[in-house]
Amino acid sequence: MSVLARTLTRGITAGVVTLALGSAAFAFELEAGKPYDLGRPATPEEIAAWDIDLRPDGADAPVGQGTAAEGEEIYMVQCASCHGEFGEGRDRYPVLFGGEDTLASHDPVKTPGSYWPYASTLFDYIHRAMPFGQAQTLTDDQTYALTAFLLYINFVVDDYDFVLSHENIGDIEMPNHDGFIPDSRPDAQPETVCMSECDVATEVVGRARIIDVTPDDDGETAAISID
Amino acid sequence: MDRSNEAPDGGARARTGAQPSSTGRRAFLKTGLKTGLGVAGAAVAGGMAGRAGATPMTAGAEADPATLPPNVPWWNQYLGDGVAAHPYGSPSPYEAHVVRRNVEWLTATTESSVNFTPIQDLYGFVTPNGLCFERHHGGTAEVNPVDFRLMINGLVDTPKVFTIEDILRFPSVSRFHFLECAANTGMEWRGAQLNGVQYTHGMIHCVQYTGVPLRVILDQVGVKPNGTWLMAEGGDSAGMHRSVPIEKALDDAILAYAMNGEMLRPENGYPLRLVLPGWEGNMWVKWIRRIEVGDKPWHTREETSKYTDLLENGKARFFTWEMDAKSVITGPCPEKPVLHKGINQIKGLAWSGRGRIKEVHVSTDGGRNWMQARLADPVLPKCLTCFNAEFEWNGEEVLLQSRTVDETGYVQPTMQALQEVRGVNSIYHNNSIQTWLVNKTGEVENVRLG
Ligand code: HEC
Repeated sequence: MSVLARTLTRGITAGVVTLALGSAAFAFELEAGKPYDLGRPATPEEIAAWDIDLRPDGADAPVGQGTAAEGEEIYMVQCASCHGEFGEGRDRYPVLFGGEDTLASHDPVKTPGSYWPYASTLFDYIHRAMPFGQAQTLTDDQTYALTAFLLYINFVVDDYDFVLSHENIGDIEMPNHDGFIPDSRPDAQPETVCMSECDVATEVVGRARIIDVTPDDDGETAAISID
Repeated sequence: MDRSNEAPDGGARARTGAQPSSTGRRAFLKTGLKTGLGVAGAAVAGGMAGRAGATPMTAGAEADPATLPPNVPWWNQYLGDGVAAHPYGSPSPYEAHVVRRNVEWLTATTESSVNFTPIQDLYGFVTPNGLCFERHHGGTAEVNPVDFRLMINGLVDTPKVFTIEDILRFPSVSRFHFLECAANTGMEWRGAQLNGVQYTHGMIHCVQYTGVPLRVILDQVGVKPNGTWLMAEGGDSAGMHRSVPIEKALDDAILAYAMNGEMLRPENGYPLRLVLPGWEGNMWVKWIRRIEVGDKPWHTREETSKYTDLLENGKARFFTWEMDAKSVITGPCPEKPVLHKGINQIKGLAWSGRGRIKEVHVSTDGGRNWMQARLADPVLPKCLTCFNAEFEWNGEEVLLQSRTVDETGYVQPTMQALQEVRGVNSIYHNNSIQTWLVNKTGEVENVRLG
C-alpha cells in the first residue's frame, strides 16, 4: 500500500483531530498516492557507496576487522592531536575515555565508556565524520581497529589484541547500555495556572552579570566549562 | 535619559553644509556611523559593564541640528544611489549591530559550533534569512545544485536518486515554522549565566519554508509495510544523521528548498533540508543526501552521545524530539534597557512544538501577579507568535517574566519545577520561565530567582 494511502486510511479515524490542529492539510491538497515519473532507480553500486550506516545489532556492518593494538597506531597519528594521547581531549575537543560513575554527579563526564549505549555508534561516527575535516577517509578495517582501541581504553574489552569485526560488533555490551529511558514529557506541570498572589520565590539569588562570561563586541571573555 | 526631541530655539533655517557628492555622502555616512558607534560603545563600557554590546547606534548619538526642522536635510535635496547600486540589497548601515553572534569559549572550533539570532532586534515572527542562527558539526557544506543528489534506499520497492530539478517538479507547500535547537537556553540550567537574550534564547529562528511534503517523495519509492523508521543523512563533513519515526514523515515533514521566498542559504542547508515542524533543530538535517527506510532506529551519535537529556539519577532520556512550549521577553532585555519612565511596551516571542500558542502571561513582580499579553496575528501552529503588553515604569526595580500556555494546555514551567524533575545536568530542553531584572537606572540583567 502506498504511504499516502496508508495515511489516508489512518486519517479517517484521526481526521477530526488533524483538521482541528490545522497542520496536516497536505492529504487534501494533493492527489493521494499520485505517481510522478521523477527520479531514477539507484544502482547497487551507488547504494553500496553511500549507504554507510550500521545498526546497534550489527546489521549492515561492513565486512572487515581490526585490533585495539592496530587502532592505537592509527589513533596516535590521526586522532591524538585533537583528542589527546590518552583520549583526554585537548583544549575543548571531546574527551574519549573515562567518566565512570560520574553521570549522577554534579560534573558528569560523558564518554563512549561512561555514556554511549552501543559500540556500533562509535564505528558509524568515526567512519562518517573523523578525523574532523577529513571525513570518510578511513578504511573499514582502520575503523574497526580504532573502535576496538577506544573500547580498550574504556575497559569495555580487556585484550589489547581483541579483534573487532562485522561479526561481533553487535555483541559488544557497553557499560551504560541500560542508562537510557524513553521521553516522559510533558512534565513539570503546575496543578493550576496561578494568576495573582502566587506563592513563588522572588529573591534574586544569581546574576549573569557577576558571572561575567557574556561576550562583548570587543573581544573574548573568561572561559567557563559547559558540555 | 530621554533623548531630546525639543524644538530649536533660534528658528532660523540653515542649510546643510556642502553638497555631498555620491562618494562624499558615503564618506559622511561612514564617519557618522563611526562616531555613532563610538558614543554607543562608550555608553556600554561606562554604564553597562558585563552586558552584551548590542546597543543600536542611535542610543547614544545626538541628532545633527542641521538636519532637523526647520532645516532641510541633505537627503531631502540631492540624488541618492540609482537602482543598480545594490543588486542584492542589505540592511541600512545604521543597523550594523543587528548580526549573529557567537560565544568563543563554548566550542573548540567554529566549524563545530553555534551562533545566535539577534532576537532582541527583530520585529514580527519572521527571521530574515541572513540572521538565522547557525549550528554546524562540520562547517557549511558548499553544494553546487547541479551536483546535488538525494538517494532514498532501504525498505522500499524502488531505491531512487533525485536531482534538485526533480525535486522542484513535485507539488509544493509553503509553511511558517520555528526551528529551535534543543540546547537553546542550555547554558542556564545551573543559574543565570549569559547576560543577553541573544545568547540565552537566540538558538531559534522562524521562516517560511517551501518544499515538497516528505510523504509525496516517499510515495515515489514505495515504502514497504515494515518500513517504520527513516534515517535522514546530511551531505556535510559530519555526515549528520538522525532516526525519524515514519509517522512524523507522513504527518507534516517537508523536504524544503526555499526559505522566506528564496532558495535556502548555504548555512541553512542549500539546496535541500529536512523540516520537522515542532521538533528539535538537530533533526532537521541540512544538505540532505540520503534517506534510508528501516524497521528500527539507528541510535546515531547525535541521538545517544548528544541530544539525550541526562537526569539527576544518572539516567538519560532519549528521543526527546518535541519542543515544549516556551516564551521570552525580547524587550526590555539586557540588550534593550528601559530608557523612559512612564509608559513602556513589553514585547516578546512564544512558541510550542505541539501546536498553537493559546495565551501568554506577563509579570512585573517576579511571577507573583500576572496579566494577559496581547497576541499579534497570525497565531500559527509550530510557529513563533509575537506578544506585547504595556507597563508603567516608575524608576523602581522590576522583575519581568513571561509564561505561555499552548493549545494542548501545556504550561511553561518555572526553573524550579523543571529542576525538580530533571536536575541541572540535562543541557537540552530548558524551556523555563526567564527573569529579567530592570534596575533603578533602567539597565536589564539576566537573574535567577530563588
Ligand atoms: C582536528 C581535530 C580532530 C581530529 C584530528 C579528530 N577529531 Fe574526533 N572530534 C573532533 C571534534 C571537533 C569533534 C566534535 C564534533 C561535533 O561537535 O560534532 C569530535 C568528535 C569525536 C567523537 C565523538 C565524541 C562524542 O563525545 O560524541 C569521536 C568518537 C571521535 N571524535 C573520534 C575520533 C577519532 C577516532 C579520530 C581519529 C581517526 C578523531 N576523532 C580525530 C575533532 C577531531
